[in-house]
Amino acid sequence: MLDRVDQAARPALAGRPMPFRGGGFEITPRRWLAPGAFALVLAAWQLGSSLGLINPMFLPSPLAILAALRDAALSGALWINLSASLVRFGGGWVLGTAAGLLVGLVMGIFSAARAIGLAGISALFPIPKIALLPLLILWLGIGETSKVTTIALGVFFPMAVATYSAIDAVPRNLIRMAQSFNLGWSAIVARIILPGALPGILAGMRITVSVGLTLLAAAEMIGARYGIGAFILAAGNLMLPDQLLAGVVVLSLLGLGLAWLLGRAERVLLRWR
Amino acid sequence: MQLIARGVGHAYGAMPALQGIDLTVQDREIVAIIGPSGCGKSTLLGILGGILRPTAGTVAIEGAPPADSLNPFTYIFQDFALLPWRTVARNIELVLHRHRLGRAGTARIVADVLRRTGLEQFADAYPRQLSGGMRQRVGIARALAVRPAVLLMDEPLSALDAQTRELLLEDFLDLWLRAPMAAVYVTHNLAEALRVADRVAVMSRRPGRLREIVPIVIPQAERTRPERQGEIARLHETLWGLIKDEARIAEREVAGHA
Repeated sequence: MLDRVDQAARPALAGRPMPFRGGGFEITPRRWLAPGAFALVLAAWQLGSSLGLINPMFLPSPLAILAALRDAALSGALWINLSASLVRFGGGWVLGTAAGLLVGLVMGIFSAARAIGLAGISALFPIPKIALLPLLILWLGIGETSKVTTIALGVFFPMAVATYSAIDAVPRNLIRMAQSFNLGWSAIVARIILPGALPGILAGMRITVSVGLTLLAAAEMIGARYGIGAFILAAGNLMLPDQLLAGVVVLSLLGLGLAWLLGRAERVLLRWR
Repeated sequence: MQLIARGVGHAYGAMPALQGIDLTVQDREIVAIIGPSGCGKSTLLGILGGILRPTAGTVAIEGAPPADSLNPFTYIFQDFALLPWRTVARNIELVLHRHRLGRAGTARIVADVLRRTGLEQFADAYPRQLSGGMRQRVGIARALAVRPAVLLMDEPLSALDAQTRELLLEDFLDLWLRAPMAAVYVTHNLAEALRVADRVAVMSRRPGRLREIVPIVIPQAERTRPERQGEIARLHETLWGLIKDEARIAEREVAGHA
């Protein structure tokens, strides 16, 4: 019986194979492509410089930039400027993030806070924060406070928006479940809302890190003795493009390092995803 | 203990969803609520358990719930409502936390409900690692952990495939037969209602009213026996006759233009 079914299923003659039409627009990982392309661009750039095709006054070679970076590190200039920048960025980012988290949380939970906060954010978010630096200098003096405040302000708004949006994205059925089990208000905030909003909050931090770095460099160019921004500005004024680009590389590495740290944090905190 | 709905009605804005529901859930009885989609079954269940405020009528609790009940009115949700960032055991601990049972007391309850629902080996798994059926077992375990007097089940098996549904239904009935409690079981599946319910409340299409309450006198333990199938089939016929036309009209309704 089984045999006969099999016979029926087998085609009498070998037919044409069915042509494959699937696959979709699938994106597959290509591990070595990115570093390869990066190395290729760098090599071409170095070759162009070595052959004299690129004017070193406009674009110094990668090796020259590396040498400038080494010189800055050896002379101690790199550390003085980098530590000044890190302190400013750290202070401003932590302050802005903390305030943004708090305001975003309150806006995510209370309807009245949402109504008022949304109006305030809509009015103030679009202001380029760097435009406020002169005012902040007037209020707080030329010292660190005005720069840290500028960075904090820049970080605050996207953080607040990311936080309340993340809270909005916490599935309401989970909150209803918690209420049906008589969980208290604070337990619902601590055990449902905050962990549920964490992915969105961490995604918001990726944005605020780059906003903070932008403001850091800009603020340091307006009025600072030390800092990577000041270092870059001084190199430009002295017509030292290799030093200038060394500063830019430091900023880029800083951004990459912070993004890597956030990636690690996501991997640990969002293990459940 | 009894749960009594008197003249319960609900409207979403100007749209009436429920009207004039009178229903009493007796101690240790399973009431199934069936009706066409959009008839307000889930709304009624939300009102019965106090997570939705009715716009008309009241729900009363007669008598005291058992003293050891931590959460007398406990839901089992269609979408499971598990916290994805907590393991199975920690999802159950979540609902025990406020009862301050101590570490040992909590662990004992968690172990007990995991054993009863066949989840011992999955205590440390995250919900995303589990199949739909296993997730709903966690939902059931979590509900049992608080020793409910009335279980409120909102289409608990609708998100599962047919085989899983069958298995879970039998396991749920096993649990129930060992420790009967009252339950309200909302479903759109007649066979499920006929398998679990002591009484089947049939609702009309929107605005939902109770059309009829059909008692099923066959004991749950006997409902799969061959000699009972004729009776079951007749009851199925009766129930289908009650909701067929309503379902046909409900199917053609466009939301918001009833």
